[in-house]
Amino acid sequence: MTYIPISPKERDTMLKTVGVKSLDDLFEAVPARHRFPALDLPPALTEMEAAQYLGEIADHNETVRGDLISFLGAGMYNHYIPSVIDHMLRRGEFYTAYTPYQPEISQGTLQAIFEYQSLMTALTGMELSNASHYDGATATAEAVNLAFAQFRGKRAKVVVSPAVHPQYRAVIRTYTQGMGVEVAGDDLAIGDQLSVSGLETLIDENTSLVIVQYPDFFGRVHDYTNLIETAHGRGALVCVVANPTALAIFKTPGEMGADVVVGEGQPLGLPLWFGGPSLGFFTTRKQYVHKMAGRLVGETVDNKGQRAYVLTLTAREQHIKRERATSNICTNQGLLALASAIYLSVLGKNGLKQVANLCYQKAHYAAGALNKLKGYKVSSELFFHEFTLECPQPASEVNAHLLEHGILGGYDLGQDYPALKNHLLVAVTEMNSKEEIDLLAETLAEANHD
Amino acid sequence: MTDQTPKIVEPTIFDLSSPGRTGVTFPAADVPVAALPPEHLLRSDLPLPELAEVDVVRHYMRLSKFNYSVDSGFYPLGSCTMKYNPKIDEDTCRLPGFVYTHPLQPIETVQGNLALMHTLQEWLKEISGFAAVTLQPAAGAHGEFTGVLMMAAYHKSRGDTKRTKMLIPDAAHGTNPASVGMLGMTVQQIPSDARGNVDLEKLKAACDDTVVGMMLTNPNTLGLFDEHVEEVIKLVHDCGGLMYGDGANLNALLGIVRPGDVGFDVMHFNLHKTFAVPHGGGGPGSGPVGVAAHLADFLPEPLVGIIEEGEGDEAPLFGFVKPQKSIGRMKAFHGHFGGGFVRAFTYIALHGAEGLKDIAQYAVLNANYLQARLRDTYRVPFDRICMHEFVAEGRFEGSDVRALDIAKRLMDYNFHPPTNYFPLIVHEALMIEPTETENKDTLDAFADALIQIAQEAKTDPDLLHNAPSTTLFGRMDEVKAARELVLCCWLPENYSEA
Repeated sequence: MTYIPISPKERDTMLKTVGVKSLDDLFEAVPARHRFPALDLPPALTEMEAAQYLGEIADHNETVRGDLISFLGAGMYNHYIPSVIDHMLRRGEFYTAYTPYQPEISQGTLQAIFEYQSLMTALTGMELSNASHYDGATATAEAVNLAFAQFRGKRAKVVVSPAVHPQYRAVIRTYTQGMGVEVAGDDLAIGDQLSVSGLETLIDENTSLVIVQYPDFFGRVHDYTNLIETAHGRGALVCVVANPTALAIFKTPGEMGADVVVGEGQPLGLPLWFGGPSLGFFTTRKQYVHKMAGRLVGETVDNKGQRAYVLTLTAREQHIKRERATSNICTNQGLLALASAIYLSVLGKNGLKQVANLCYQKAHYAAGALNKLKGYKVSSELFFHEFTLECPQPASEVNAHLLEHGILGGYDLGQDYPALKNHLLVAVTEMNSKEEIDLLAETLAEANHD
Repeated sequence: MTDQTPKIVEPTIFDLSSPGRTGVTFPAADVPVAALPPEHLLRSDLPLPELAEVDVVRHYMRLSKFNYSVDSGFYPLGSCTMKYNPKIDEDTCRLPGFVYTHPLQPIETVQGNLALMHTLQEWLKEISGFAAVTLQPAAGAHGEFTGVLMMAAYHKSRGDTKRTKMLIPDAAHGTNPASVGMLGMTVQQIPSDARGNVDLEKLKAACDDTVVGMMLTNPNTLGLFDEHVEEVIKLVHDCGGLMYGDGANLNALLGIVRPGDVGFDVMHFNLHKTFAVPHGGGGPGSGPVGVAAHLADFLPEPLVGIIEEGEGDEAPLFGFVKPQKSIGRMKAFHGHFGGGFVRAFTYIALHGAEGLKDIAQYAVLNANYLQARLRDTYRVPFDRICMHEFVAEGRFEGSDVRALDIAKRLMDYNFHPPTNYFPLIVHEALMIEPTETENKDTLDAFADALIQIAQEAKTDPDLLHNAPSTTLFGRMDEVKAARELVLCCWLPENYSEA
């Protein structure tokens, strides 16, 4: 296939205007011995062939819609995505535009991001939101950057709960390896009841940020108000990594006093897509706006007196500040922020509450059913839509048995927490029917007899 | 004027809300009701808007019409490679087999995804001449950060701890120094010479045993291929530094030259530029990184590898592998699979080797054609055969018209303006990148418009100062936005349930 709309005759006219004889003559600045390598790539396909080829590749996967019954979450969740979202995303005006550098002809993107910021602020109970980060993990790492900048690097410690998503903790470590930041807490022991103790004792005068997750990686809902008070008492900021669906019914981190609330936006109308792209939301309080990374849209007026929107506070960004910039980020997850804004708009107050309630109800039904099974035990702590299930044998074996019966059982916690090798993290959403949950229970009961 | 209530062209989604309207409903629970937790753990109110589906559709349709896009017209935004995005990519990335797969599924159940990622890694290696590729970074800047982390880790692993200085040409993208800043290294700026190349003498003087490496965009942001690129690389290598290639401008090099062959040690790709992944109004991007063999052990984890070779005609078993001295994880999960990898894979499969070379050749032809048509009207400070873009000066002798005015006036001619005020080394820069997907008629119309605008600058400069005048929105009060800092539709303290 080619997408080049130039005929050979036009090409020759253009070459003449340029003053060269052939296309190859345009590349004389390139070292001759390396010029025009023969690339070993498969022959070009037509559109028809490509459609078929990609279809075949996709068919080599087993999906969570049709092939497998899924109870897998651990950071990405199988939710229903209303049809209207993709119809809007497929507007070329949205998806083939660039970052809105020219506000006069980018008001669609700008107003959509402004509304996204507003919706995220409403959901988290915070004062402002940026235009989004790459994902929940990188948004969390950007919270570390914010706190580091807030204390001008003088508070070198970041306290991270071991009940924060293991991959998020890994990303924090990667991001901070050149900053002289000490990451403490994520090797704290996970007790029998998955209890995390000792977090508060790590918070001291050298701590810039405390990071906790809500619900935590094990699915549990904690009220962090006291922890936040303690941290503030020692001068540290607190970042809460939140699940946005849970925020439809549970007390907001904003209400608890959090300074930064971040999280993975995928549950808000974005496909699983094997893990991405999704978005990381980032919300905070007004006093930290100058330390926050990422794009920001603000309201203004144009020269006709019309309400309009622009990228604002750009002086924080890389193209102006270069090595002194808040971050090197130059994009947000524009199209996905639009998707999440449409999701929140079309579900609205009642729809999102309904989804959260369905998740809560079904997960609690599942927990009750599984807890009754001989040899299995569900954690007794308050949870939202994900819970830990202690199994009579290693979780990996249980999962293998479930997979034979077409069930994705859950996340094997032993991968990250060796003490929990018999524990599965089971997620239940509005997509799981009672029949599926009952089948999970039956199949788990069998697994115990194996 | 400023005290007047602004006219509202399109209400916000909050303005449009009316309590009691319903968009989407969900089935009633099919399980017995469990009691919710105690009230003190619940939120008292959820201040989201309430609308019907049609309200939402009409709102976003109206917003979409406020946007300029590649699908609606010419978008010669220098350094951004705003090429046409083939529609088939939109279908392949939405195949249910890709959309409905969870990143933590057992590898046996996602062999299609893993095969696609592995093949894309191999193709990017072949296109760029590198030994290994990670697909994980989420965007170009994220790829740069990945690359710089690996450079630092490489020196550290050799006990070479005095290296703290990164060399960056004055024409570089702002993300280069910003990535370095995230690691606490210092930046030494290297000037360009009169032909737009790296100044070799200045570079020689800067090369010592404190150099981490050099970050070079080639072709550079003037759209010029550095005529001494091999000498530049040799100087950096001779002092023990590593050579980072900013792949932002790779569109000009497909099938023309492989950065790995020339001696670059590490480079990021921008799948959203070179491989036609649509820009989405500012993301998602995708920024894979390629490295030479001596850096392969430092790549972020995980990579897709072959876990078990297949017997006979059987496909191998693909899975995830962790490089030995990995810098760690750059993001959760595996990168921008659906939006990035599937589209880029489709695009490369559609083109093959010859098709990719055509892309570069026509991108370069189009840029040179525009440069040839415009150089008599707009000064081109570094005037030679350019690659995929060129930079002209948007100013005229004895006129107060600036690049900004020219850019805004172009909107009245229904064109998206070029990048302006970048690179910083050209006064009133207009950086023009037409890409290969524009026909001669469009290029001519654009050149004619710019020539006409140069005329207007003499005869009616206010036409430019006040431009755009035909668009729905006019110039913005940027100062008001930054001073008042209204960042959401409603203020939390003012919100009450209507």
